[in-house]
Amino acid sequence: MTRAYKVYSIENGTVIDHIPTPLALIVIRILGLENEGIMTIGIGFNSEKHPRGKDILKIENRELSYEETDKIALIAPDATINIIKNGEVSEKRQITLPSEVRDILTCPNPNCATNKLGARKHFLLENRDTVTYRCVYCERATVVNADMLASK
Amino acid sequence: MISFRGRSIVSIRDMSQDDLTKVVETADLVKRGELSGFLNGKTVATLFFEPSTRTRLSFESAVFKSGGSVFGIANPKASSQSKGESFADSIRTVSGYCDVMVIRHPVEGAARMASELSGTPVVNAGDGANQHPTQTFLDLFTIKESLGRLDNLKIGMMGDLKYGRTVHSLTDALAMFNNELIFISPPSLKMPEHILKELDDANIRYRTISDLEEAGKCDLDILYVTRIQKERFGDPQEYEKVAGVYRITQDTINMLGKDIRVMHPLPRVDEIAEEVDSMPNAIYFTQAHNGIPTRQALLGLVTGGLN
Repeated sequence: MTRAYKVYSIENGTVIDHIPTPLALIVIRILGLENEGIMTIGIGFNSEKHPRGKDILKIENRELSYEETDKIALIAPDATINIIKNGEVSEKRQITLPSEVRDILTCPNPNCATNKLGARKHFLLENRDTVTYRCVYCERATVVNADMLASK
Repeated sequence: MISFRGRSIVSIRDMSQDDLTKVVETADLVKRGELSGFLNGKTVATLFFEPSTRTRLSFESAVFKSGGSVFGIANPKASSQSKGESFADSIRTVSGYCDVMVIRHPVEGAARMASELSGTPVVNAGDGANQHPTQTFLDLFTIKESLGRLDNLKIGMMGDLKYGRTVHSLTDALAMFNNELIFISPPSLKMPEHILKELDDANIRYRTISDLEEAGKCDLDILYVTRIQKERFGDPQEYEKVAGVYRITQDTINMLGKDIRVMHPLPRVDEIAEEVDSMPNAIYFTQAHNGIPTRQALLGLVTGGLN
C-alpha cells in the first residue's frame, strides 16, 4: 500500500516525529516557536510505539539548535529529529536530556520561591533514567510530567 | 574545599565533607576560647520573615560574642514587606547595609534566591520545609564533641522522619562520613523513599524499623529524637497511641544501652520525659548551646574574620 502523506513534506527545516499525542503543542511552547513562521502540526497518527498515537511537527526554514532539540527530550525522549536541507534529510539527530533547564519547567511545589517570590525557574538533572529534575530553589526532585511544562 | 570567605551557606547539599569538618573544627576552637573578636567591625543583618525567636537569639548572641554588631527584623509585619516591597528589593537593599545576612523565610528556596541577589553572603536560617544548615552544623559539632569523631558511628533517628527537615539534612551530612543509620518511626512517618534511595545509591548502611525495642539490639551511639506533631494525625487517639510508643524515659535509656547519647533539636514536648534530663546521656541542652559557637564559627568564616 502506498503510504498516504497527510502532512506536507518540507524543503528546508526540522521534522520532529514520534512525539506522543497530544504533546506536539507543548513541544511548540517549550521551544518558543509560537511566532516563528510556518509550521505543520499533525496530531494523533497511528503509531506502534505510542498506543495513544503520535504527533509530528514540521518547522519550515528553521534548523533547531542542539539545545532546543535536547529540551524535547524532557517530554518526548523517544522523539526523532530530522534536519531537512533541499528536500533531503541532512542530519538525523539523537536527543539527550539537558543537564540544566531554565525557564521551562514549573516547580510543582506551591511553596517554592519560583512560585511565591518570582525566582527564575531553574532545574538540574538528577536522574537520567527516570527523567527526574531537582529544583535549584526548593530542592525537591520531580519526575518531569506534562503539567510541569504546560503551565506558564 | 572552596574557601568560605564571601560564600553563602544555603544548603547541606552544597557542602563537601571537608566543608563540614572545617565548620565543626572551627566551632570547637571558638568554644574553647581560642578564637575571639573575629567579627570586630562586622555588621550582621538578621532578617526573619517568619518568627523564630530561638534561632534569631542564637545568631544574635553569636554575633555579640564575636565582637560584631547586629540589626534586623524579627517580625515581617513590622517591615517594608508589609508595605508591599518585593522580597528581591528588600534583599538588594539590605545587602548594602551589612557584611553578612542571616535569613529565615517560610518559602522554600528564599535563601537561595537571596544569595543570588545579594552582594554579601547569605546564611540560611531556615527556608520553609527545605533546609536549616546551621542546625545540622551544630548537630555534627555536638556529635564530634561528645564522641570524638564523626565517622563509623551507629546513629538512630526517631520520630517524624517523613516531614522532619532536621533529620533529612542530618542524614545527608552523616552519609558523607560513613556511618550506619537506623531510622525508627511509625510506618506513616517513615523516612521518604527518595532519601533512602540516595543512601542505597551511595552504599550507606541503614535500617528502617518501627519498634523502639528493636533499636535496643542495635548498639546505638546516638539517638536523635524529633517531635511527632499532633497535626500530622487526623485522629487524636491515633496520635496519642503513636506518641506514647515513641517516648524516651529512664527505662528506655537503660534498654538502649548505658552509653547512648540522646539528642533533640528542641523544642521538646513530651517525647523525652523530664526524668531523662539529669542523666549523663542527655546532651540536648548542650546541643542547643552549641548553636552559639557553631554560628560564631560560620559567620567568622564567611565574613573572612576567620580562615
